Amino acid sequence: MSTERIKFYQTGTFTAGNRLLDEATRTVQSRVDRTNSLNSGHRACQGCGEALGARYALDAAMRASRNQLIAVNATGCLEVFSSPYPESSWQIPWMHSLFGNAPAVASGVAAALRAKGRDEVTVIAQGGDGATVDIGFGCLSGMFERNDDVLYLCYDNEAYMNTGIQRSGSTPPFARTNTTQVVADHPGNPVGTGKNLPRIAMAHGIPYVATASVADLHDLERKVTTAIGVQGARYLHIHVPCPLGWGSDPAHTMKVARLAVESGLFPLFEAECGTVVRSTPIRRKVPVERYLELQTRFKHLLGPPQDTNAIAAIQAIADANIVTYGLWG
Amino acid sequence: MNVQMEGSQAVAEILARCRPEVIAAYPISPQTHIVERLSVKVARGEIGRCQFVNVESEFAALSVLIGASASGARTYTATSSQGLLFMAEAVYNAAGLGLPIVMTIANRAVGAPINIWNDHSDSMALRDAGWIQLFAEHNQEAIDLHIQAFRLAEALSCPVMVCMDGYVLTHASEPVDLPDAAHVDAYLPPYQPVQLLDPNDPVSIGAMVGPDAFAEVKYLAHHQHLRALDLIPELTQAFEQHFHRQSGGLCSPYRMEGADIAVIAMGSVIGTIKDVVDELRRASIPVGCIKIGCYRPFPMLRLRGLLEGVSRVIVVEKDLAVGVGGIVSADVQLTLSGRQIPVHTVIAGLGGRSISTSSLKQMIVEARAERLTEPYFLDLNKTVIEQELARRRDIRRAGPVAEHILRTMNVMGTKVS
Ligand SMILES: Cc1ncc(C[n+]2csc(CCOP(=O)(O)OP(=O)(O)O)c2C)c(N)n1
Ligand code: SF4
Ligand SMILES: [Mg+2]
Repeated sequence: MSTERIKFYQTGTFTAGNRLLDEATRTVQSRVDRTNSLNSGHRACQGCGEALGARYALDAAMRASRNQLIAVNATGCLEVFSSPYPESSWQIPWMHSLFGNAPAVASGVAAALRAKGRDEVTVIAQGGDGATVDIGFGCLSGMFERNDDVLYLCYDNEAYMNTGIQRSGSTPPFARTNTTQVVADHPGNPVGTGKNLPRIAMAHGIPYVATASVADLHDLERKVTTAIGVQGARYLHIHVPCPLGWGSDPAHTMKVARLAVESGLFPLFEAECGTVVRSTPIRRKVPVERYLELQTRFKHLLGPPQDTNAIAAIQAIADANIVTYGLWG
Repeated sequence: MNVQMEGSQAVAEILARCRPEVIAAYPISPQTHIVERLSVKVARGEIGRCQFVNVESEFAALSVLIGASASGARTYTATSSQGLLFMAEAVYNAAGLGLPIVMTIANRAVGAPINIWNDHSDSMALRDAGWIQLFAEHNQEAIDLHIQAFRLAEALSCPVMVCMDGYVLTHASEPVDLPDAAHVDAYLPPYQPVQLLDPNDPVSIGAMVGPDAFAEVKYLAHHQHLRALDLIPELTQAFEQHFHRQSGGLCSPYRMEGADIAVIAMGSVIGTIKDVVDELRRASIPVGCIKIGCYRPFPMLRLRGLLEGVSRVIVVEKDLAVGVGGIVSADVQLTLSGRQIPVHTVIAGLGGRSISTSSLKQMIVEARAERLTEPYFLDLNKTVIEQELARRRDIRRAGPVAEHILRTMNVMGTKVS
């Protein structure tokens, strides 16, 4: 009889397996009473970071709100793969209206609940990076500025994936997308463009802003739980690799997400009322090449010949994050 | 209660008595007075626990209501012109989702050139979005239509626009009867949503629908509009029994007995047309008038019945389908298909140009003499048009046309020095 060694630690990480944790600190996802808010059977691609992030975030939100949750979804991959009529993966009350209005629709749900005195219900709005940083930005800023009682979840896969990988305001410099192609002397997405929505959210002075990644699902669950406990407008920006759009192996989604964090390219932090209050230190710093080399969207930088200037520019972004958010030590 | 009141204030007063639970609005003239007054009433707690959301755009205003309505709240907003077009995507969405939102349109022209005055271009642009569109003739009717609108919307699960002419009605002070809250309550029961976002009974709303079912979903929306054609006369009858006055309805004839010519129009211009009809009737010219009170759905059967025996129709409309002509007249022509009578299109009142009784009389005289060009632009300044066309012939890069016309007409100081 062949035997298999069971590892209690994921290789290459410092994440403890759930079984080693005490009952209270185990993940929501590992519990028998998890709600499967986004149930199996949906049509996301293999290894979809967005599906993974949404599942963990919403189950944690359900637990934290004692199953009193309503979710509003912007148009995008998450909406399309979860709700092809007459099927729906959603086990929670869920509504999709338009691409650019999810924050406003959620504000309306919150207003109706207030009018009806149903304070026990939590309202979530969620969308991709395009819905959030670009087309829905006006509605999002309005929701923040009014401090409406809504938790907004942005699943950042760094491009318009549902329409076939076009550039968004969240696409990183040098990334190849179908509208930032590597042709002539264009190195993919122009450097010096794009916006940092967590910082913009913080500038609204809202009570809670955080970043999270599917690289650390436990941390993601914790931040969702924290956010549910706060009143007013809250924003959680979740980094979710997209194998199709990034040209990464579907089996490497966690690895890619982890390298974004460990290189410093995607800093994990929490902010309260406009000030960063906590950040997650990097325990094993890796050069950005380790992250870039797993994705064909950066293939043109790695050569041969290597585009050393571009890689240095990306490394500089990571280094600056490490300083800004105190990620080292 | 009989009061002398500005149209907007009166609409706000009656709205409060319709007990909305969520109001979201963004300011645009001439809608502002309605929502300003409502914000005061909400702040004073005069509308129960109603929430007033000060949004950052009209698109957000209607989106907030989409969420609130799907959560079971009675919802209201008001807008005009650019505001309505800015929310266009949400206008279609609210109808597609079957949400009984009520929205006042303080009708105003759509730019460019930017123009704040009244015509019907705004609501016309969204006439096929799936909303019921009711048009008010005067402020009393505007008030009454709002009460009816909520009942209609909620009975059909379909949003309703109440269109009232910007400034002409919204800013006009007229004597009106404001029914008290108890009376309104008796006519308008609380909202019982057919679909609801509720954690205790989770549903998915707004899912994707492919070619296999999309046509059926759309047909059902059409079917709801056809039902509205039966329901509106019932609701107006119930309204009359309850409030002791006639208000609203699909179309209303005025002095159509023995009429040879019918003038068809919508909104406040009906008052002027009625005066013209009276005057011509005194001169034994057999003319009558028909007010279209419900433009969407279009009341073809009822209108066809009213036009029985008429040998000429003039449609006076405050809008323009550029490159075509009339919009309402196209519907009237369809209504009369098979009957060989002339249907004249008269484009009038664009951008707030006043429509005078003398011009209307002249129009009828010209129509009877078969001298109306098609479409006929009432009171168009031909000299200016010819000058401008000549200038364009001579100078290829004619530049900003509107500004040039104003300068040659010396209407306003638009000179930039
Ligand atoms: C007003 C409007 N413009 C464009 C679209 C087309 N569209 C639908 S989803 C989508 C991309 C979504 O990108 P993102 O928000 O980043 O979500 P993702 O699919 O990447 O998860 C686009 C462009 C639309 N539905 N509505
Ligand atoms: S394209 Fe990307 S985001 Fe969309 S379902 Fe596939 S992996 Fe997920
Ligand atoms: Mg995206």
